[in-house]
Amino acid sequence: MCTTCNCGQSEPALIESAGAETAVIAAPGPGPRRLELGEALLSHNDAHAAALRQRFAAAGLPVLNLLSSPGSGKTALLERLGRDWSGSGRLGAIVGDLATDNDARRLRAAGIEAVQITTGQACHLEASMLEPALERFDLAALELLVIENVGNLVCPAAYDLGESLRLVLLAVTEGEDKPLKYPAMFHSADVVVINKIDLAAAVEFDREHAHRHIARVAPAARIVEVSARTGEGMEALREAIAAGLAASGIAAPARAVAATAAGAPV
Amino acid sequence: MHELSIMEAVRDQALEQAERHGGGRITAITLRIGSLAGVEPEALTMAFDVVMAGTTAAGARLVIEAVAAECFCAGCQAPFPAQDGVCECPRCGAISRQLLRGRELQLASLELADPAPADPTFADPASADPDPRRQDR
Repeated sequence: MCTTCNCGQSEPALIESAGAETAVIAAPGPGPRRLELGEALLSHNDAHAAALRQRFAAAGLPVLNLLSSPGSGKTALLERLGRDWSGSGRLGAIVGDLATDNDARRLRAAGIEAVQITTGQACHLEASMLEPALERFDLAALELLVIENVGNLVCPAAYDLGESLRLVLLAVTEGEDKPLKYPAMFHSADVVVINKIDLAAAVEFDREHAHRHIARVAPAARIVEVSARTGEGMEALREAIAAGLAASGIAAPARAVAATAAGAPV
Repeated sequence: MHELSIMEAVRDQALEQAERHGGGRITAITLRIGSLAGVEPEALTMAFDVVMAGTTAAGARLVIEAVAAECFCAGCQAPFPAQDGVCECPRCGAISRQLLRGRELQLASLELADPAPADPTFADPASADPDPRRQDR
C-alpha cells in the first residue's frame, strides 16, 4: 500500500476533469492515481556528494569547488596558489574539462598534484565522476583539494560535489553586471573572487558597482579581489577561505590555509 | 545542456517510484523548479520526449510548477519576491540573506495509469480488466 499519497484509504474515487493538469486520485488497482513525491531531483548526485563529504571529513580534508566562465582565470588562480603554497601537506586539484589535459599539466608544473577529468560532452562535473579521480590521491597527505569545475556559469550550479566551500570566480574583463546574469550560480557561492584586478583600470571596472551587484545575488558570500598574475589579494583570498571553512565548522582545513596565509611564498 | 542529464534523472527517479508504487504507465510527471535552481524549464521540456521514449513514461505529460524566488527582509519583517534572484528588499533596500524559496529542484508528483502493457504480469487479458481505465461512476 502506498504511504506517500494515502491511496487505498477509501473506495476508488477518480476525479478527472477534462483538460485539467492534475487529477486527484485515490485508487488501489487500475485507473490513474497520483503519487505525491516532492523528492529532490538530483538525489542520486546528492547521495554521491554526501558520501564524498563524509570521506573528506574523515580525512580532515577541506575541498573547494571552483567555478567560473571559461577564461576567468581558474587555472591561473590555482597555479598561483600552488606556487605560493607553503602548507605542510600537499595541494591537490581535480580539473574538469571537456577535452585535453592541458590544465592538469599546467598545475603540475606549479607543484600541484593534479588529476584531469575529461567530461566529453558533459558541461559540468557530477559527484560520481570524482570517485575514480580520488583513487589517484593519498587523501591523508593532502592539505587542501581544489576541484576546478568545467568553465560554465550555468550547469554546474545544481551539482553538489561534496565540497566544503564553493568559490565562484569572475574576471574584471567580464563586466560588473555578470553576477546579475547568472544569479543561480552566484547564489550558491560561499566566496566570490574578482580576478584580474590588475586590469581593473584598463577596462574601467567599477568596483563599487560590482560589489553591490554581487551582494544582491550572493548575499552570504565573502568577496575578494585578486590578481592571479601579480599575486595581489592572494592573502585576502586565503583568509576568506580559512574564514569560510571555519564558519562551516571544518577545523582541520583552517590549519592548512592559515599556515599558507601566514607563511612566505616558497 | 545539463537539462538532458537532469531529465534522465527525472526519468530514472520516476520509473523507480512508479515501480515501487505498483507499477503502471506514467501519464504525467510534475516537476517543481525554482527560479534559482539553475535549470531552464524550456530546455527541460525539449529534452522530455526524447528521454522518456521507450519507457513506461513515453507519451506522458510534463507539468512544470515554477517556484518564484522569495527572500525575507529582517528589517521589514516581511517576505519579498527576489525578482531575477536579486535579494534586495524593494521596501527598504536592505540585502536579505534569507532565501525562503527558489532553489527547488524536485520531482513533485506522478500520475500513474493502468499497469504497463509491456509488463507480462498484466499482459494476460484473462487476469485484467479489458479497459482498466474505464470508471463507470
